[in-house]
Amino acid sequence: MIVCFVEGDELSAQAVGFARALGPVRAVTFAGAYQPAAWAAALAAQEAEAIVAAGSDRGNELLAHVAAVLDQPFAANVVALDGDTVMRVRWGGSLLEEARLHGAPKLLTVAPHTQPAVETGEVEVLDAPDDGSPKALERVEESSGGVSLRDAKVVVSGGRGVGSAEGFGVIEELAGLLGGAVGCSRVVTSAGWRPHTDQVGQTGTKISADLYIACGISGATQHIAGAKGAKKILAINSDPEAPILASADYAVIGDLHEVVPAISAELRRVRG
Amino acid sequence: MRILVCVKRVPITGGKMVLAADGQALETKHLGFTISPHEECAVEEAVRIGGEVVVLALGPAEAEEQLRDQMAIGADRGILLRTNGEEWDAQSTAAAIVDALRAEEPFDLILFGNESADAAGFQVGIRVAHALGLPVVTGLKKIEVQEGRVRCERDVGGARDVYEAPLPAVLTVLEGLNLPRYPSVPGRLRAKSKPLAVVEPVRPEQRLEKLRLVVPEGQGKQAEILEGATQVVAVMQSLGVA
Ligand SMILES: Cc1cc2nc3c(=O)[nH]c(=O)nc-3n(C[C@H](O)[C@H](O)[C@H](O)COP(=O)(O)OP(=O)(O)OC[C@H]3O[C@@H](n4cnc5c(N)ncnc54)[C@H](O)[C@@H]3O)c2cc1C
Ligand SMILES: Cc1cc2nc3c(=O)[nH]c(=O)nc-3n(C[C@H](O)[C@H](O)[C@H](O)COP(=O)(O)OP(=O)(O)OC[C@H]3O[C@@H](n4cnc5c(N)ncnc54)[C@H](O)[C@@H]3O)c2cc1C
Repeated sequence: MIVCFVEGDELSAQAVGFARALGPVRAVTFAGAYQPAAWAAALAAQEAEAIVAAGSDRGNELLAHVAAVLDQPFAANVVALDGDTVMRVRWGGSLLEEARLHGAPKLLTVAPHTQPAVETGEVEVLDAPDDGSPKALERVEESSGGVSLRDAKVVVSGGRGVGSAEGFGVIEELAGLLGGAVGCSRVVTSAGWRPHTDQVGQTGTKISADLYIACGISGATQHIAGAKGAKKILAINSDPEAPILASADYAVIGDLHEVVPAISAELRRVRG
Repeated sequence: MRILVCVKRVPITGGKMVLAADGQALETKHLGFTISPHEECAVEEAVRIGGEVVVLALGPAEAEEQLRDQMAIGADRGILLRTNGEEWDAQSTAAAIVDALRAEEPFDLILFGNESADAAGFQVGIRVAHALGLPVVTGLKKIEVQEGRVRCERDVGGARDVYEAPLPAVLTVLEGLNLPRYPSVPGRLRAKSKPLAVVEPVRPEQRLEKLRLVVPEGQGKQAEILEGATQVVAVMQSLGVA
C-alpha cells in the first residue's frame, strides 16, 4: 500500500497521480491546526511500502519529519521512480539527479507540475494527537496591494541593468499598462532597490505568467528557475551574447531605458 | 544567546549548468563558490540577535573560505567538518552535525537554510532537531526571540502562519528574512584570526546514493530577435496580453 498525504489542492492531486503508478493508494489527511511533527508521527505509524506527498512546503516538511522519525532516507522533489532508482530535482530544477533510494518504506515527494493531476477519490482523516510540538497558532493576512507576482498574467522584471531604484519607474509604467506585476533579480534585492517579495528565482518567487519580460537580466540559472514557468519569455538586453537569450522566446537587443519606454508609448498609441 | 548556523559550500553557476566528464558533479574549475541566500540570511539574523555566533560547514578543506566570509559578517568562530570532497547525503550530513554538537556546550538556537542551494533535500535541519530532541519550525521569514521562547512567521501564499517554540530550538529560514550586509574590509581582516576548529568525520554508507547528474532538456533555445516597439506590441497582441 502507498500512503499519500493530500491537502485538497492541485499539487496533491498530482502526487496521487504519481503514487497510483506505484500501486494501490490510500489518500490521507489531517484535521485541525497544522502541527508538522505530530502529523508526521501519525504518518510514520502507517503500514506502507511508500509514503508520498507533493513537493510543497508542507509535503517536503512532513516527509523530512517522517524520515527523521523512521531514520530512513528521503528523496525530495522526485520526477520519476523506477524500482529503487529515483530521478529528482536539484538547483531549483536546473539540474536533475539520478539516485538510488536505499530505504523502506520509500519516502519521497513529487516535484510540482511534473505529473498530471488525477481525481483523489476518498480521503481518510488520520488522528494526530497534540504532542506539544510547534504548530500554526494563527494566520495573519497580508494586505498586498496590486497583482501578485505568482499569479500575474504578465510580469515585467528588472535586473542590474536597470541601474537604480528610481530606474524601476519605466518597469512599473509598463507593468501598469499591461495590468501585470513588477519582478526583479537577486542583484536588485541585494542592492535594496526592491523588496525580496519582488524577486523571481530559485530563492524567490516562481511565476506562471503568460508573458515574462526580463529587462537588464543576464539569465543566471537561479533566476531562470523562477521564470521558466512562464509560457513566453521576452528578454530586453544590451548584450547580444547574454545567456538569457538561450532561455527566451523573443529578444530586443538594446538599452532598456530606451526600449521599455518606447514599448509603453507604442501600447498607448495602439490603444488610442 | 549561543547560536549555531549551518552553511554549505556550493558553486556559483552562471547561465548554464555544465557537468564534469563523469557526470557525477558540476564542472567547477572556472566557478567561484558561495552559500545559499537562505543561509546568508540565517547568519545575518544570528548576528543581529547577538551573543556568540558559530558557523559550521561540512565540506572540503576549501569550505574554510565560506566560513571566513561568514566570520567577516560577524560570526565569532567556525567549525569545519572536513571531508575529502566526496558527496554526503542528507542523513550522513545531519549525523555528522549532531556528532559535532556533542563536543559543544548546548546552543540556544540552531539555524539552517530551508533547503540547500544545490541538492535541496529539505531535511538536514529537521533531522538534526529530531536527533537532539529539539522543537523545529521551518521556512521562516520572520523570527522574534523573546524570554525563553521564539515567535516566528512563515509565508503561506499571501498570508503568514505564526508559530512559537521554547528555546533551545532549531529554525530553518528563507531568503527575505532580512537583507544581509556586505562584509566590510575590517570585518574581513578580523575574520582571518577568528578561531576555526577542524574535525574529520567518518563518511557512513550512503542511503540516498547519487548515481549521476543530468542537465534537463530545454536549455539552449534560440530567441527570435524583435526590432523595436512595434514588433514587441504585435507579439503582445498575438499572445493576448496587450
Ligand atoms: C543559490 C543561489 C540562489 C540564487 N537565487 C536567485 C534568485 O532567486 N533570483 C535571482 O534573480 N538570482 C538568484 N541568484 C543570483 C544569480 O546567480 C545572479 O547573480 C543574478 O540573477 C544576476 O542578476 P542580474 O541578471 O540582474 O545581473 P547581471 O548578471 O549582472 O546581469 C545584468 C544584465 O543586464 C544587462 N544590461 C546592463 N545594462 C543594460 C541596459 N542599459 N539595458 C539592457 N540591458 C542591460 C547586461 O548585459 C547583463 O546581461 C542566486 C544565486 C545563488 C548562488
Ligand atoms: C564534499 C561534498 C561534495 C558534494 N558534492 C556534490 C556534488 O558533486 N553535486 C551535488 O549536487 N551535491 C554535492 N554535495 C551535496 C550533498 O548531497 C549534500 O551535502 C547533502 O545531501 C545534504 O543534504 P542537502 O543538501 O539536500 O541539504 P538540505 O536538507 O536541503 O539543507 C538544508 C540546510 O542544511 C544545512 N546543510 C546542508 N548541507 C550542509 C553541509 N554540508 N554543511 C553544513 N550545513 C549543511 C544548510 O543550512 C542547508 O541550508 C556534496 C556535499 C559535500 C559535503
